[in-house]
Amino acid sequence: MRAMVYRGPYKVRVEEKDVPAIEHPNDAIVRVTLAAICGSDLHLYHGLMPDTRIGHTFGHEFIGIVEQVGSSVQNLQVGDRVMVPFNIFCGSCWFCVRGLYSNCHNVNPNATAVGGIYGYSHTTGGYDGGQSQYVRVPFADVGPVRIPEWMHDEDAVLLTDAAATGYFGAQLGDIAEGDTVVVLGAGPVGLIAAQSSWLMGAGRVIVVDHLQERLEKARTMAYAETLDYDEYDDVVVELKKQTDHLGADVVIDAVGAEADGNFLQQVTGTKLKLQGGSPVALNWAIDGVRKGGTVSVVGAYGPIPNAVKFGDALNKGLTLRMNQTPVKRQWPRMFEHVRNGHLTPRAMVTHRFPLEHIAEAYHVFSAKLDGCIKPLVLPDAA
Amino acid sequence: MTDPAIPSAYVRDKRTPTETREQLRARIPGWGADLDPADRPSHPRLQYAPDTTGAHWDFPERQPEKEPRERSIEHAFLTPVFGTAQPLRGLSGAIRKLAYRRFSEGRLAHWLLLIVGDRVDAWGSHLRSFASGRPDVPATGLRSELTRGGLRSRRGRSDARHQVLDPVLVAGPWVAAAAVTWTGVRRLVRALRR
Repeated sequence: MRAMVYRGPYKVRVEEKDVPAIEHPNDAIVRVTLAAICGSDLHLYHGLMPDTRIGHTFGHEFIGIVEQVGSSVQNLQVGDRVMVPFNIFCGSCWFCVRGLYSNCHNVNPNATAVGGIYGYSHTTGGYDGGQSQYVRVPFADVGPVRIPEWMHDEDAVLLTDAAATGYFGAQLGDIAEGDTVVVLGAGPVGLIAAQSSWLMGAGRVIVVDHLQERLEKARTMAYAETLDYDEYDDVVVELKKQTDHLGADVVIDAVGAEADGNFLQQVTGTKLKLQGGSPVALNWAIDGVRKGGTVSVVGAYGPIPNAVKFGDALNKGLTLRMNQTPVKRQWPRMFEHVRNGHLTPRAMVTHRFPLEHIAEAYHVFSAKLDGCIKPLVLPDAA
Repeated sequence: MTDPAIPSAYVRDKRTPTETREQLRARIPGWGADLDPADRPSHPRLQYAPDTTGAHWDFPERQPEKEPRERSIEHAFLTPVFGTAQPLRGLSGAIRKLAYRRFSEGRLAHWLLLIVGDRVDAWGSHLRSFASGRPDVPATGLRSELTRGGLRSRRGRSDARHQVLDPVLVAGPWVAAAAVTWTGVRRLVRALRR
């Protein structure tokens, strides 16, 4: 089969690999029909995630058709069209039975602090991902769901992570009616977090970024006010001014470990790798939220320490809430929102690349060329 | 009455005018649909619901361990299911094995050794690629700089300042390795000629 393969930082290509095999009775093999590149894949691509091995296939956002099932699979059949949450989870451990699917304890031998994720290094379990023609899907009775007839494939693939994570990020903010919500980052997760904040009753939603096409998308797709941080000497001061010096009630960090906006943090964190990425957005969140407010973190960070202003979080009495998204838990309610047009994930898709052009896709997304907001990958496109 | 010029943060109530429910509903599709926290799927955070996950086992059957599989020493045992992609091999494998066997996830040494293992893996693989029909290059996908508006896309962007560093960081080690190789070969040739 053809599969995206990691060759080292800033280097990916397509190679021929063996079709994955059933390795556990509850495995399924899925033929991938559509995949996406996530902003967090760029952390792997840039060499920021420990134990990312040469030959690894990335991709945790994908949908496909069940090609083969293991002997104990009861809920899926060959030929089913399925969407697969980015979390690999058993459904039976202490964490899973309480809804913490992203914190499953039975699928990742390499670390206890994070669950299993498709194509996201050995730190999350060493599973090859879905930017390929076929993928092994463990616990087929637990994770995948048949795609509803009415659902567009591009909505389905975005619901496997980016959209679900945006929706989850707004929930972590514990938004109350009339709250002012600031969303840091107008990428795919931030755009859906902004849309979701309205669903939860926000009175104002302000999205911060510096890329004009993304800010425009935040205005048109998420009806948000926008702040271009390049226009201000200190965007935190501007946020304070815009919130009558209170600060925002809720700030959502939808950026994660490769935040821009501070040259020193960017260079030490993401270029020289002297810390586990650049926590600029998290620090802006801590500074920009009001005292007693809530910071929601859904931007991805790795396990290596960062220079985060924890003292200010303490002194301001903040509530910090975060997790990897338990995706399947979001779906029933999100399906309603997508069907009703309240959430519009596919509106953020800007690029569609054949799998054979994966190197170009990664470079375009990484360097933010050509107005790229969300690139999809078509495994079988000529 | 306090001076209206004094911002909200310094007085009892928020003074900034907000839109009414009706105004928000009129301009935002679905505004307030999840106003009640009970409608939010992740509220409350912990929801004990073992019969809803699809699992039909108390503890999953164990996946066969066909070759020794590294694991965090914070785990009680090898998890019943695990990935089998890219098993440990060679020098990078030995470094990674040490990281897993010796240090818990709470120790920085664990992660730094894994990063060292990654770099050794990358360089070993680059060297092997030169003996193959498909040698590695310092970075891939660069053609898109020409076809997808590399210059146009970056115009006026503040992050262009540090993107300038990317070619140095990406190509630098390759240039240094080429220089060392060239110097070494030249010295070897001279030594042989003597």
